[in-house]
Amino acid sequence: MRGVAIIGVGETQFGELWDRSFRDLGIEAGLKAIEDAHIRAEDIDALYIGNMSAGKFIEQEHVSAIVADYAGLADSHLPTTRVEGGGACGALALLQAYAAIASGLHDIVVVGGAEKMTDVGEVKAAEILSATADQEWETVFGATFPALYAIMARRHMYEYGTTREQLAAVAVKNHRHGALNPVAQYQKEITMEMVLNAGMVADPLGVFDCAPLSDGAAAIVMCSLDRARKFCETPVELIASGQASDTIALHDRRDLTTMDATVVAGKRAFHRAGLTPADVDVAEVHDNFTISEIMAIEDLRFVKKGQGGPATEDGETALNSKISVNTSGGLKARGQPVGATGVAQAIEIVRQLRGEGGKRQVTDAEVGLTHTLGGTGATAVVHIFRRVR
Amino acid sequence: MATPRFWREIPSRYNLIGTKCGSCGTLDFPPRAVCPKCGRKSVGKMMKQKLSGIGTIISYTIVYDAPSSFDLLKPYVLAVIELKEGARLTSQIINVEPGDVKIGMRVEAVFRKLGQEGEAGILQYGYKFKPVTGQGKSPATA
Repeated sequence: MRGVAIIGVGETQFGELWDRSFRDLGIEAGLKAIEDAHIRAEDIDALYIGNMSAGKFIEQEHVSAIVADYAGLADSHLPTTRVEGGGACGALALLQAYAAIASGLHDIVVVGGAEKMTDVGEVKAAEILSATADQEWETVFGATFPALYAIMARRHMYEYGTTREQLAAVAVKNHRHGALNPVAQYQKEITMEMVLNAGMVADPLGVFDCAPLSDGAAAIVMCSLDRARKFCETPVELIASGQASDTIALHDRRDLTTMDATVVAGKRAFHRAGLTPADVDVAEVHDNFTISEIMAIEDLRFVKKGQGGPATEDGETALNSKISVNTSGGLKARGQPVGATGVAQAIEIVRQLRGEGGKRQVTDAEVGLTHTLGGTGATAVVHIFRRVR
Repeated sequence: MATPRFWREIPSRYNLIGTKCGSCGTLDFPPRAVCPKCGRKSVGKMMKQKLSGIGTIISYTIVYDAPSSFDLLKPYVLAVIELKEGARLTSQIINVEPGDVKIGMRVEAVFRKLGQEGEAGILQYGYKFKPVTGQGKSPATA
């Protein structure tokens, strides 16, 4: 296997973008990434697109070919592939590109992630998101996506004494970070009272415990590490990846308060990287709900099991503290156009490792990690990145 | 959910039919063709088995935002239940005030309408769970 580097990144604004189409968003992110990498269109060997449900959100399948076509690449006849794995699809697309370059199959690959979610109403969008859970044995009985995470949250509270305030502290922190991110959907700070007083979605999770519905796209250009300097002065190496799966239904899991897929994906990635959780300076974890971030920092071993709530409340995961978690604002504040998420997380880590974090820069960031979930944890993907000296 | 798709799973949704592994004896619900513990050894040895419908709440939530087909039920309780045979499932908890539901509460399966296909479509039935008599306050008797 040869080393793989990220040489270009680009993303759109995240938010409710009524005037922008799926194509508009995909093309904008892709062109920005290509521009950033200083490559020409004819240098690209392949395109991987992470997209969860264009078929349901915009009634359009086969979006990988559309993105290549409208990026003006039809005549290049590029291999283009859409990757789906629930909310983890962007991270999985990145993994496909990594494998393709590491193996020598391709030299320069563009990875895109995009979702256009606001062309359908909120109730319909929520139903589409719930389809990443088990339709036969969960949702048909009235399970919504927030309900399943609320069931995890309640059990976490029962077993570890996690409090409503500790859950809320995740949202408050991520909005504080999001306020420093110019592409975030919400660039506004919120208070603990606002989170606690918001309407309930699925008890104990309220409106501010849930990431929003969003439109947006993100793209990355990758190449072999040995050629990276030719295109980019500040390449970032993708040093290892770990992917794992688990039962599709939450009720079949060994433990409702631990995502074994995250535990295993994290172990695989750290083992391959030859690093430990203590080596990570900055992490983007999948905070589709506040409880998800608490479980993620535990399952990735940044904190002990059961300590995710207190650690967050004590500020250990805030910008430039013990470990900086979700400096972009996370899914909560940056937004969660599902297919774009895994790619956008990687972009935040690249910016941090390049020293381009602006007001939210993590001091001397050397090693960064992304963690992305599909469904209620039936898929987990962990990528580990390092600054190239 | 489309009618044939719902219809195929009726034995399990109406009568809690699961499978017992002929190799290790583990009970699974819904039915599985392969035992997660025994793998290939279990193929062809998975026997149908009716489950008791008696179980315990492992965790739960009160759902306030729900798909339009569940509008009339809001707010409703949704729980992960461990049946006494060991298998777990997800179901609504009914005949109880949401505030009275507790982790550890003993519940039993009852047959109820789950939904319907579209506005005038075929009715879909299946299991919901209610507290085992003597626990919690039923709205009818409270």
